[in-house]
Amino acid sequence: MTPPLPSRSKPDSRTGNFLLEVNDLHKGFGLRPVLRGVSLSVPRGSLCTVLGPSGAGKSVLLKCLANIEKPDAGRISFEGRTLDFRDPVSRDSFLRRCSFLFQGNALFDSLTAFRNVALPLEQTTSLGRGEIRSRAMEALEQLELGDYAGHYPGMLSGGMQKRLALARAIVTRPEMVFFDEPTAGLDPLRRNAVFAMIAKYQALVGFTALIVTHDIVEALVASDTVALLHQGEICFDGTPDEFASSAHPVVQSFRDSPAALRSTLNGLRRAEVAPEQS
Amino acid sequence: MVGSVGSFTLDKVRGLGDFALFTGRSLGAVFATRRLWARVARALYEQGFRCLPVILIVGTFTGLVLGLQGYYVLNRFGSEALLGVLVSLSLVREMAPVLAALMLVGQAGSALAAELGIQRNSEQIAALDTMGISSCGYLVTPRLLAALFVFPAQTALFVAVGLWGGSLSGSLLLGVDPGVYWSSVQRAVESEDVRECLLKAVTFGLLTISICAYQGFHAHRIRGATGARAVSSATTKAVVISSIAVLAADYVITSFLI
Repeated sequence: MTPPLPSRSKPDSRTGNFLLEVNDLHKGFGLRPVLRGVSLSVPRGSLCTVLGPSGAGKSVLLKCLANIEKPDAGRISFEGRTLDFRDPVSRDSFLRRCSFLFQGNALFDSLTAFRNVALPLEQTTSLGRGEIRSRAMEALEQLELGDYAGHYPGMLSGGMQKRLALARAIVTRPEMVFFDEPTAGLDPLRRNAVFAMIAKYQALVGFTALIVTHDIVEALVASDTVALLHQGEICFDGTPDEFASSAHPVVQSFRDSPAALRSTLNGLRRAEVAPEQS
Repeated sequence: MVGSVGSFTLDKVRGLGDFALFTGRSLGAVFATRRLWARVARALYEQGFRCLPVILIVGTFTGLVLGLQGYYVLNRFGSEALLGVLVSLSLVREMAPVLAALMLVGQAGSALAAELGIQRNSEQIAALDTMGISSCGYLVTPRLLAALFVFPAQTALFVAVGLWGGSLSGSLLLGVDPGVYWSSVQRAVESEDVRECLLKAVTFGLLTISICAYQGFHAHRIRGATGARAVSSATTKAVVISSIAVLAADYVITSFLI
């Protein structure tokens, strides 16, 4: 069942109120460059989606932003201030204001749902046990998991695990949440549900979201801004409407890939029918 | 040829430096990790209580064999009365710290390497880092602190059951007077021997647990293996390197203290 989307005012990227800015980011593995000068701006309070085919470097971009991978060159700014991940104070302060939702959820399988959600509060804040308990339960209840607080992640369904990961991501009340392929491997109905869930809680909690995915339809419906990453470079950055009407050849080929597939299949079918008739 | 030897040496030196930094970072995180003692208690249970049966069994059989072998060797010289000296000094100075450490590596160390390897594979370690939680402090520091208590305690227990095993084979089966056996044990073991035994136990504990943690923690770096194969390679490497490190460190400590 897809949760209803609450109405929200769309953030305007033209006002220049950007929470996260990436400038000329480079990252390679050995001799293979993956990111080749990525520049991207994420408006505060927006839901920004980075689209791109598999292997385009989407997850690497997100991992560079979350300090899991070290970029080779480039600048990342948060609230206008350049981040220096080598400085532990700057790094920890950034990480505590952000959350990261992994493709595989990265839940701690030896901890209950409640302990998974309480963990970041226990380890990074000086809150008392009572406060941690109430905030963790509040996050679980927001995600409709209150009755499963004592369950281990392995005892929950795939969708519930995704919600549990989101509960853990929002429990620290982050200003920004990074989503790495949140709908990977899900059927279309579940993909809709996950995007609706992200949009719902983004409106409810008020975080800025950066999602990387290759699900075009869901991204265009749910996002405020869309960027297209192609061969390690951002080749489009704009609103979903601009993406839908863009004449950029890469955008067109990515956007119209279902139509292209349909045309190829029709061509193949025609070719199969023609020799039979002759 | 020279190039590949040089590159191999550089690789190993870099690895040693990385290992030293990892251990230092984990020990340094003692003061920065919140709610550490609850995790130390869990590590004490994993390394201590769960490894108890293997320590008791191996300790008993080691004492039994020492009593048996020692009796027949000493019997040649008519010195069966010194059986307690042989069993106790062999156990306290060498066998208990080394064998207890090897048993703990086999059970607790391999489990630690596999657990961390799986956590690395499923991005749980990356998740800790992105939450601003020190992954070394949260996952490794409690295990290292627990090892400081568990290894000496398990070694002491190994000595106790080993002595009992020696008396079982020497006195009960082969007829050495129990009073003679236990009084020779009491006379033979001096405080320096106990100190050496405990020093070895603490050193082996820190060394083996940090090696096992390092291998599991960096399972993703293993060349030519990913996923489950990387975890199994990390676990194997952890056990092999730890076992060699125990024997090498034993030689170094003994040569300094003898």
